[in-house]
Amino acid sequence: MASGKDLSVVICGGAGYGVQTVEDILAKVLKRSGYHVFATREYMSRVRGGNNSTEIRISSTPVDGMVDEIDLLVVLSPGVRENIRRRITQNTVIAADRSSVGEEFEKTDGAFFDVPLGEMAKEAGGAVYANVIAAGLVLGIVDASTDQAEEYFLSRFGKKGDKVVDENRSACGKGLELGRSIADKFPDLAPPKKDDTSSRRVMNGVQAVSLGAIAGGCDFVTAYPMSPATGVLAFAAQNASDFGLAVEQVEDEISAVNMAVGASYAGASPMVTTSGGGFSLMYEGFSLAGVAETPLVVHLAQRPGPATGMATRTEQGDLNLAVHAGHGEFPRLVLAPGTIEEAYSLTARAFEIAHRYQVQSVVMTDQYLLNTFRDVDPDDLIAAKPDKCLVTSGPGYRRYEDVPNGVSPRSVPGLGKGIVGCDSHEHDEEGHVFEDFDLRVRMSDKRFRKGELLKEDFVPADIRGPENWTRLVLCWGSTGPIVSEALRDLKLPDTALMRVRQIWPVAEDVAAAVERADELIFVEGNHDGQLENLIKSVTGRSAQGHLRNYCGLQFSVEQVRMGLSEILG
Amino acid sequence: MTDPRIFDLPEADLAWCPGCGDFKILEALKKALADMDMAPEDVVVVSGIGQAAKTPHFMKCNFLNGLHGRALSHATGVKAANPKLTVVAVGGDGDMYGEGGNHFLHTVRRNPDIANFVYNNMVYGLTKGQASPTSPKGMVTPVQTRGVSSEPVNPLALAIVQGATFVARAFSGDVDHTAEMMKAAIEHRGYALVDIFQPCVSFNKTNTFKWFKDHTYRLEDEHDSSNRSAALSLAMETERFPLGILYREEGRPTFEDSLGIYEKDDTPLHRRSPDVDKVRETIDSMT
Repeated sequence: MASGKDLSVVICGGAGYGVQTVEDILAKVLKRSGYHVFATREYMSRVRGGNNSTEIRISSTPVDGMVDEIDLLVVLSPGVRENIRRRITQNTVIAADRSSVGEEFEKTDGAFFDVPLGEMAKEAGGAVYANVIAAGLVLGIVDASTDQAEEYFLSRFGKKGDKVVDENRSACGKGLELGRSIADKFPDLAPPKKDDTSSRRVMNGVQAVSLGAIAGGCDFVTAYPMSPATGVLAFAAQNASDFGLAVEQVEDEISAVNMAVGASYAGASPMVTTSGGGFSLMYEGFSLAGVAETPLVVHLAQRPGPATGMATRTEQGDLNLAVHAGHGEFPRLVLAPGTIEEAYSLTARAFEIAHRYQVQSVVMTDQYLLNTFRDVDPDDLIAAKPDKCLVTSGPGYRRYEDVPNGVSPRSVPGLGKGIVGCDSHEHDEEGHVFEDFDLRVRMSDKRFRKGELLKEDFVPADIRGPENWTRLVLCWGSTGPIVSEALRDLKLPDTALMRVRQIWPVAEDVAAAVERADELIFVEGNHDGQLENLIKSVTGRSAQGHLRNYCGLQFSVEQVRMGLSEILG
Repeated sequence: MTDPRIFDLPEADLAWCPGCGDFKILEALKKALADMDMAPEDVVVVSGIGQAAKTPHFMKCNFLNGLHGRALSHATGVKAANPKLTVVAVGGDGDMYGEGGNHFLHTVRRNPDIANFVYNNMVYGLTKGQASPTSPKGMVTPVQTRGVSSEPVNPLALAIVQGATFVARAFSGDVDHTAEMMKAAIEHRGYALVDIFQPCVSFNKTNTFKWFKDHTYRLEDEHDSSNRSAALSLAMETERFPLGILYREEGRPTFEDSLGIYEKDDTPLHRRSPDVDKVRETIDSMT
């Protein structure tokens, strides 16, 4: 389409109906056909049944935010939930099997298109193929490459034999044909820019965090399974032998963090992956890492709390948790990636800094980001060469030598002839308990000098907008690309967007931008305005407005666009 | 044979009460390590919190003095990061069986190659005399004013039932035997528990030196330590407690073995460099 419009497809189905397979087919075949793809998933806390959905945006230019708009709704099983139904407009085409969904869409807007998915699936080889037909339907509408579809099924099912490949092909082919027949219902869709995406790779948040960790030098992963952090544990376990990772599913989060601290003391580069409830249990071990100055990375995948909250949903409610984690005082780094590329690069960065300054890094993602995938340029995935910053110890080695910048030369047991001590108590330079009030002050000051370095060696915020901006919209983490798209649509001549990527310590660039702004507007996925409060506590500046979302689902571009226009008059 | 004094830390201020059983355990530990020709830099003593957990501050070797109850998790991590180190986890009965009860249970199952020495005086010493998980029923304390009502933990039976590959008991009053048990535990490949009876002279007026003397006996040579049921039945004895190796099973894979990363290469993690090229290859293979 001339206007360059993308296609927003939502696929709904109960758990077990193969929504994820549709995602996978579409992501791979569309990307190989030259389209840019973005997808995000929302799901209920149940193993079978219910009704989950995936939104896939198919575009000729890169997109990475979630929209409310649905151009095509593909329904695999009845019982589509209200959060999807309310997004159906007159412009939505609903593709569903009337014999399955009955009158479910009688009273909604949108054009109903009866697709006999059940019958067609039987013809293709069995009811299980309904989802493949649905994928084919989408591929037909956008006129995706049939060669790429063929290749996909061969590479995915080749090992299972010709019959499986053929049945999948046939199912997809039926869908493709049907899709082509209704392509004229979507006249605005822009064709792909051929070859534009061939060097790009489709990656989800889980893969980005996991690979970023390994690129950053991670070699030890412990966790207790907890949504939405479990994917990273599973990725680590499934790829452990390829990358030489030690991976253990531990009895609880307490052991996960303490095993990681033990490993770090002995020279590993560990990560624990968890969600809010799990991280709460890790506070004690996190504090130990703080006083012991053992590098540690925590991947904190947010979901709504308190306690169990909404176990499979999304929120940005744990900023305070991360910034204030632990008892007593010690410096730490808190990073919040907003995109798939940053999930990779900032996780790697978390390791780099943890080792450089012997501190603890928290990487904050959330359910939305982890369950999002898009095509990325591999050159945008940035990681420094891993360096554990270790020294070989000599006979008189003292682990906590009080050096000017606070970063004592770090050795580990077995690396040299020295003795390496490590203590949870306040300790002397060798690590031995020594209850002395002057020593306490000296050691605390030593640790906090490292904290100063985190302010200097910081991850800059991403500031974009017209040069002469006077109004600053601030956000953090996964809402970033959504706010960015909304602001692009609003075309405000005086407004810039600042995505804060280093949450703690607050760096100079953030403070300077806040200082410069006449007006501050915060957009965040929580009730209390946690970033807003943090920035106020550091800079003294109050916000002129804010937009907050804490329903359990991510903001959509439209919600932010509308919300900001209301605030900005 | 090395001189145990190489493990001495001359400037250490031993903060135990005069007459405490811990002194003898420390002596036995140094003796065991010296008998095995260990050097201080090859050994890591890991502990949690409590009087017993102060041990690594009173001797010369690598040490991680961590958190209450978490020593076994720390120790498992240390060993997994560098299997070449000799890792000893020490602590009291409250530390290991109370606060660390869950980790004890799962460390036994995991079978890391660490030696676990539990200084068992059946009372909380550091916090001044409350009941511990091994306190006898009926013991009156400032908190258990009507007497301990819970059943005491039976650490040996628990360990055997959960598949521990080495289970022994010692009494600190016999330094040589305690050192022998420690050596056997360190030599054992896999998790090795030595529960060491030790009198708390300040807070346990019931289980005194004499009481332990009267209520323990040395296992006969005839005991077949590979017989799990026989070991379990010995562990269940509570009138008089057997001292010695109750159970020993060789050849079970350790936690470090199960990680797979040392199968072809025994280099500790701190000497390895991650294969960053492989990350690139993986990304390139993603379509």
